[in-house]
Amino acid sequence: MTPETPVLKTTGLGKRYRTRWALRDCTLSVPGGHVTGLVGPNGAGKTTLLNMAVGLLAPTEGTVQVLGGEPAGSQAQLARVGFVAQDTPTYAGLSVADHLKLGQHMNPGWDAAIAEDRISRLDLDPKQKAGKLSGGQRAQLALTLAIAKRPEVLILDEPIASLDPLARREFLQTLMEVTAEHGLSVVMSSHLVSDLERICDYLIVLVSSRVRVAGEVETLLATHYQVTGPRCDPAQLPADWQIISASHTDRQSTLLVRSDTPVVEPGFTVDQIGLEDLVLSYLSQANSTAARGQKELETQR
Amino acid sequence: MIWLSWRQFRTQAIVAGSVLAVLAILLLSTGFGLAHLYHVSGLAGCQAKHSCHNALALFSSGLRGSVYEFVFYIAIGLIYLGPALIGAFWGAPLVAREVETGTLRLAWSQSVSRSRWLIVKIAMLGLAGMAMTGLLSLMLYWWSQPAYEAAALARPDTGLSISRLTPLLFGTNGVAPLGYAAFAFAVGLAASVLIKRTLPAMAVTLAIVGLVLIAWPNWVRPHLITPVQSTVALRAQSVEGLSISSHAISLIVGANRPSSWVLSDMAVNSAGRPYTGPPTHACAAVSQSYQDCINSIIALHLKEAISFEPASRFWALQGYEAGTYLLLAVVLAAACTWWINRRRLA
Amino acid sequence: MIEFHLDARSGLSPYLQLIQQVRQALRLGLLSKGDQLPTVKDVVARLAINPNTVLKAYRELEYEGLVAARAGVGTFVTKTLTDSSLAAHEPLKADLQGWLTKARSAGLDNESIEALFASTFRALTEATIEEEVR
Repeated sequence: MTPETPVLKTTGLGKRYRTRWALRDCTLSVPGGHVTGLVGPNGAGKTTLLNMAVGLLAPTEGTVQVLGGEPAGSQAQLARVGFVAQDTPTYAGLSVADHLKLGQHMNPGWDAAIAEDRISRLDLDPKQKAGKLSGGQRAQLALTLAIAKRPEVLILDEPIASLDPLARREFLQTLMEVTAEHGLSVVMSSHLVSDLERICDYLIVLVSSRVRVAGEVETLLATHYQVTGPRCDPAQLPADWQIISASHTDRQSTLLVRSDTPVVEPGFTVDQIGLEDLVLSYLSQANSTAARGQKELETQR
Repeated sequence: MIWLSWRQFRTQAIVAGSVLAVLAILLLSTGFGLAHLYHVSGLAGCQAKHSCHNALALFSSGLRGSVYEFVFYIAIGLIYLGPALIGAFWGAPLVAREVETGTLRLAWSQSVSRSRWLIVKIAMLGLAGMAMTGLLSLMLYWWSQPAYEAAALARPDTGLSISRLTPLLFGTNGVAPLGYAAFAFAVGLAASVLIKRTLPAMAVTLAIVGLVLIAWPNWVRPHLITPVQSTVALRAQSVEGLSISSHAISLIVGANRPSSWVLSDMAVNSAGRPYTGPPTHACAAVSQSYQDCINSIIALHLKEAISFEPASRFWALQGYEAGTYLLLAVVLAAACTWWINRRRLA
Repeated sequence: MIEFHLDARSGLSPYLQLIQQVRQALRLGLLSKGDQLPTVKDVVARLAINPNTVLKAYRELEYEGLVAARAGVGTFVTKTLTDSSLAAHEPLKADLQGWLTKARSAGLDNESIEALFASTFRALTEATIEEEVR
């Protein structure tokens, strides 16, 4: 894989279930070598996007490519992508050892040493049935299967949503360890920013089936500012400020501003913003847009 | 892929194998008894018409109400039930169960294309289903051999009339059961792929397979090969009964063709139309006997029109029937493979 | 070998925290010339953070001339930050302990002590900076 080949590239990607669009107008290009976080509330379309990326779902419109190839388009393509599906499914009736055998028989690039090493470090009994494992152990087993096939990119769909804090931490430790060891690119979704804050350096915010913002975390943090000052009319603010969110009291205005040039404005206090606040601003922006849409509808009536 | 398919199928295979083994024991333990009955009744060496007649009477009285009759019907039932169960318990859960548990997303993210995943499963389970049904039918064939042989010697009035061509028994013999098994499995698979939920898919499979197996002998089988039409002069011994009203008469005619599959048999007039009367004088008069009535009808020189499949066509019919079912199964399976590739259900 | 830890409430990014912890360890003499820093894999396996964060922190330390990466082996300390001031640590620590005891006996709780220290420290630092600017 050349560094220029995006890990995930979508153009006008959309998926419709009967009349409802689960994802729409999604155009993205995630460069390689990143741990990418896909954040959004439940039902935003994260699972739909990832399922299309691994070829479990076919797009209704647009295109999606992973590492430059059509998802699940060939055996070689399948081997390049590791996937941990939502709720980390495993065969309840099959033992841990059976799962490793499954991986061995179904993946030409299977690395048995990695798989066995992981299982022994997790203290899993190979004879244990997967149905009897705890949520954390099951997630680790699913992760082990995805890692030992030696993919180039690992795609994870809310792998830790249902885990307790300790199991979450352990899962992320494993994930980061293999990422460092094998130089994997990772794309992982979560509805909680806090899950992703430490691990990702590329972020996609997905709300109500649309991409709100996407980019390198460092760039995002460097181009977003929290601006506080006397109450002002947004129309009179500098034209190169992109107002992401604004809240006003009768005296004060608090704004989240996106700007490629440093924000300096007399009379205003300008602060850097944390990743979590940044994401939350985008989520609330989406909500207020939706609310506005609702209001327009109501007036029309 | 073969490993996973086998690992997932193992329990079902063991269950099915056990059922088959129990049945094999049942058939073996009674099969020798039946063969013994055949020998002691003297059927094996009977030459003269008379001795055969006695031997047959002995044999049939030994069968009637015996354990053999019971075992025979059990085995026939299982040969028909088997394919339906294979469809419902092997075919219907194949994809649906994995959709329900989410494991399809695990299986399909391994480095095996989903076509291959499905084809290996279809091949393994489909062939296993066919093999099981085939084995069952072979066992029953061995077991019931004495009864069929006896029936071949028998005349209709002895009461022992079983033929491999009768609708019920045709489906338990030859290669037809293989076709049923393949078809039922493919129906289960299609229900699984389309419905994506195990229980409804099982119910639909049972309903469809049941309907097809019941409707087939009446609606389809007679058309596999055009039946032989034979028209002969109506004889008194062919008339099995009659009903008379004031304006019409209808005859119940039975041909003496124990080894054929008679589809229709009726009395026709010289124009080839079914004979419906009017009642002859002898039949209309209350004072005349039944025999007089029959004689008066025979005197009309009516014909007997028989439509039937002769015994010699047994294997040709079997071939067409099994072939049709197999073709349906292959088409369904191919459609399912195409469907999951295109629709990508997860 | 040192072990990194992250303080979620510090407000500093993980990247800066790592750099700070190495510098601190160098100042306190916990790390000296020739010592190896934990591998990137070990750090991320422990802290569950992005490997690029660790790489970036190590690169920054390398740029500052404090450490050097040897390909395939690891990252090693090339310079120490301990100086004559290290000798002054012990008496200063004793003074501070004395001051803390005094503050406690005056009825200050931990929070008040921290607040007092922080505000005095900040005021002093700001005064110094202003002086420098002038």
